[in-house]
Amino acid sequence: MSIRRYWPALVGVGLVIFMAVLPLLNISIPGILPTPTYQPGTLALLSLCMVFASLALSYNLLLGTSGMLSFGHALYFGAGAYGLGIALEHFGVPLFPGVFVALIGGMIIAFVTGAVAMRVSGIPFAMVTLAFAQAGSVLVRRNSAITGGEEGLSLNTEQVPEFLVGVINTRNLYWFALAVLVIVYLVTLWVDTSRLGHLARATRENEQRVRVLGLRPYRVRLIVFVIAAVLASLAGVAYMLLQSGTVPRSVSADLTITVLVMVVLGGVGFRWGAIVGGVLYTLLDQRLTVLAGSEAIASLPDFLRIPLSEPLFLLGALFIIVVMFLPGGIAGTIDGWWRRRHGERHVRDSLRSIDDAEADADAVGASEVRA
Amino acid sequence: MSTIILTLVTGVGLGALYFLVASGLSLIYGLMHVLNFAHGAFLTLSAFLGWMVAQALGTESWWSFLVSILVGAAVGAVFATLTELVLIRPLYERHIEQVLVTVGLSFAAVALFEGVWGTDAIPISGPPWLKETTEILGARIPNVYWILMLAAGLVLAALVLFLKKTRYGMIIRAGVENRSMVTALGIDVRRSFTLVFAIGGAAAGIGGVLAMHYSTFVSAHLGSTLLIFAFIVTVVGGLGSLTGAAVASVLVAVLQQFANFYLGGTGDFIVVILLAVVLLVRPSGLLGRKA
Amino acid sequence: MSAILDVSDLRCSIAGQPVVESVTFSVPATGITAVLGRNGVGKTSTLRGILGLIHRRGEVRLAGERIDTLPTHRIVQRGVGYVPEDREVFAKLTVAENLALAERQRNPRREFVAELFPDLVNRRDQMAGTLSGGQQQMVSVARALMNDNQLLLVDEPTKGLAPKIVTEVADALEEAAKTVPILLVEQNLEVVKRLAHDAIVIDSGRVVHVGPAREILDDEDLTQRLLGVHAERQADAGTAPSSEAHS
Repeated sequence: MSIRRYWPALVGVGLVIFMAVLPLLNISIPGILPTPTYQPGTLALLSLCMVFASLALSYNLLLGTSGMLSFGHALYFGAGAYGLGIALEHFGVPLFPGVFVALIGGMIIAFVTGAVAMRVSGIPFAMVTLAFAQAGSVLVRRNSAITGGEEGLSLNTEQVPEFLVGVINTRNLYWFALAVLVIVYLVTLWVDTSRLGHLARATRENEQRVRVLGLRPYRVRLIVFVIAAVLASLAGVAYMLLQSGTVPRSVSADLTITVLVMVVLGGVGFRWGAIVGGVLYTLLDQRLTVLAGSEAIASLPDFLRIPLSEPLFLLGALFIIVVMFLPGGIAGTIDGWWRRRHGERHVRDSLRSIDDAEADADAVGASEVRA
Repeated sequence: MSTIILTLVTGVGLGALYFLVASGLSLIYGLMHVLNFAHGAFLTLSAFLGWMVAQALGTESWWSFLVSILVGAAVGAVFATLTELVLIRPLYERHIEQVLVTVGLSFAAVALFEGVWGTDAIPISGPPWLKETTEILGARIPNVYWILMLAAGLVLAALVLFLKKTRYGMIIRAGVENRSMVTALGIDVRRSFTLVFAIGGAAAGIGGVLAMHYSTFVSAHLGSTLLIFAFIVTVVGGLGSLTGAAVASVLVAVLQQFANFYLGGTGDFIVVILLAVVLLVRPSGLLGRKA
Repeated sequence: MSAILDVSDLRCSIAGQPVVESVTFSVPATGITAVLGRNGVGKTSTLRGILGLIHRRGEVRLAGERIDTLPTHRIVQRGVGYVPEDREVFAKLTVAENLALAERQRNPRREFVAELFPDLVNRRDQMAGTLSGGQQQMVSVARALMNDNQLLLVDEPTKGLAPKIVTEVADALEEAAKTVPILLVEQNLEVVKRLAHDAIVIDSGRVVHVGPAREILDDEDLTQRLLGVHAERQADAGTAPSSEAHS
C-alpha cells in the first residue's frame, strides 16, 4: 500500500538521477540523438528539450489547472530571456542578480497584464493576451537600441561565470537546464496539490459556485497566472543562457501557439504530459529538419517531399489529429487506458471540462436559472 | 493639412482591408462561437494562387487583376468550406477544440506554404495605375487605396443584401442572436455554418489578393500579421456584428495611421491599447451582443 | 384515447448537473395538459429535454415513434411547435421575419395566425425587439401556430404579463387547442383551471401526481401540498395588476 503511493515519486527521482548522470554515459540512439550522450551535440539538444518542457509545464498550469486559454504566454518567456540579456548588457550586473532582475521583471509584467486581461474571460481573455504579446513583440522589434531589434540580443558573456560559457561547458548548461526543469516541476506540483490549485480547478469547472462560496475567482486566477508567468520567465532565462542569445520570436504569439501544441500533444492537465509534449515537440522539430535533408526524403516526388520536409507541417497535422481524435493527448490517452483497465469509470478530459464550463456560463448568462 | 488628408484617406483604405478580413471572422464567431485562426491561411493561399493566375495572364492588365481577385475569392471559399466540413463540423459544440483545430490548421498551412513557395517574400506587381497617386486636396494618395475602398464597399453591400434579403441571411441573423431557438424552429443550422465559413473565406480571399498588392509582396506569413489586426477589429466592433466590424475597421485603421504619422510609429502599439480599453470598458464590443 | 407524447424515464442534465431526475408521463392527443410545480423543479428542463435542447437520456415517443435520439431540428420537423419561456423572439428581425423563419411547410397557416393576432399584422415591419412583452408573447405563440403540428410545447406564456394580455394569450391557446394538443407549463393557476384538462405535477425532478386539473386545483390541501401555495391566493396574485415586461 505505501509503496504504491510513493511509486510515482520514486520513478520521478529515478528519472532525475538518470538524466543527471546522462552526460557521463555513452548512450547512442541513432536517428533520434545526433551524438552519443556525453557529447555536446546531444546535450545541447536535450537542454533545449528541458527548457521547453519547463515552458510547457508552466503553460499547463494555466490551461490545465486553471482552464485559462492564453495566447500571450510567450511574453513572459521572452521577458525572462530579454530581461537577462538587458540586465547583463546594459546594466552590467553579474549573472545571478541578472537572473533575479529578469524574474522580477517577468512577474511585474505578468501582474499588470494579467490584472487587465482577467477582467474578461474565455475568448475575449485569449484576445487580450494575444494583443499584449503582439504589443510586446512590436516593442522588442522597434527598440533595437535596447533589444537588438530584428537581429536579436546576444548574451553578454563577460558577466557570465566561465563554467557556463562555451561549447566545452555544455554539460554545465545541461545541468542548469535540468535544475530549472526540476524547480518548475516542483512548483507546479506544489500549486496543483495545494489549496490554491484546488480553488483554481474549482474556478475552472464552475465559476459561479466558487463565487457563491464567498471566494474570489479573480484573485485565484491572477495568482496562478503570475506564478505560471514567473516560471515561464525562468525558462526564458535558461533559454537565453543556452542559446547565448534570443530573438523577437521568443515574445511572439507564434511561440505561445508552439507551447499550446506541446501541451495539447502531451495532454492537457497532466504535468508529465506537458514534459512529454515539450520534449517530443523539440525533438521532432530539431530532428525532422535533419531527416528532411536526408537522401531518402529528397528523392520523393514533390507532393510528398514538401510536406515531409516541413516539421511544423507534420506537427500541425499531428496536433489536429490529436485534438479531433485523442483530445486527452498522449498522457490523457494513456491515463484513460490505465484507468479503464483498473475499472475506473471517470476519465479526465480537461478540454471537455473547459467546454462545459463555457457552455454553462453561456446558459446562465443568457437568462436566469430555468425552472 | 495635406498630411491629415493623407493619413485619413490611407487610414480608411487600410480599414477597408481590415474589414475584408474581419467581416468573415465576425460572422463566424457570431454564429458559431468559433474564433477562426485559420482565416489567415485562407487569405494567404488565395493571395498565392491569385498571384500565379495573374502571372499567367500578364500582371499589368486590369483583366488579370480582376480574374486574380475572383480566383482569390473562389479559393478562399473552397478552402474555408473544406475546413468547416472536415475539421469543424465533426467537433459540434466543442468550441475550445474547434478553436484549437483552426490554430493547428494555420500552423500546418503556413509551414506548407513555406515549403511550396519558400520563406522569402515574393515581390509582386499589378496594373501600373496602382503604383501611381491621385491628388486630393494637396495630398497624394496611392491609388491602391481606392481599389481597397471600392472592394470593401462592394463586399459590404453584397453582405448586407444577402443578410437582409435572403432566407439564409435571415437564418444567420437570427442564429447570431439565438442559435438554439433557430434549431427549435426546425432549422438545421449546420448548413448555415458551412455557408458562413464559405462567405468569410471568400471575403478573406479577396482581402488576401488585395493585401498582396497593398504590401507589394506575397509571403507565407501574409495572413498572420493581418489576422491579428482583424481579430482586434472583430472584438472592438462586437463579435457577430457586421456593421460593428465595418465601423471598427475604419476606427482602428485611422487611429493606427495617425499614431504612426504623428506619434512616431507607435500605430501597432496604440491599437493594442485600444483593444484592451474597449475590452475593459465594454466587453461585448462597440456594437456586439453578449457573446 | 392514445397519447401523442409518451415520456419514459426522461433524465436531463445541464453541464453535467442533473436537472430532471426521472419523469414518466403521457400527453393525450387532444386538449391541453398542464405541467405544474414550484420554481426550479425541472418543468422547463423537461420541455427542453423533450426537444433535445439540453442533454437527455430516456425514451420519448411522438405518436409512437422515438424522438429521443434525434437532434432538435429533426424533432421539430416532425411536427412539434415550441413556445419557450421568455419568448425568445429575434429582436433584430421584424415581426414578419420572425414569423417567416418559423414557416416549415409549403402552405403555412398565415390566415389562421393573422386572424388570431390582428395586432401583429399591423406591426409586420416593426423590429421585434421594440415590441411590448405581450406583443412578443403573441409573436412567440404565432410562430408555433404557423405549421400543422402534432403537438405544442408551451412554457409559461403568461409570465410577467398584464391581466388583459393574459386573457388574450389564454384565448389564443384555447383556439389553438381545438386542432392541436398542447403541453403547457404554467404557474398561473387560474389560466390552468380555465384551459387544462389534465395536470402533471412535478417536484424535485420527478412526477409526483397526475390527474384532472380541476381535481387538483379545487382541492386546497392538495394544491398546498403539491404546489406549496393556496390556489385562491395564487389566483388573486395572478389577476392583480402586474407590470408588463418590456424586453
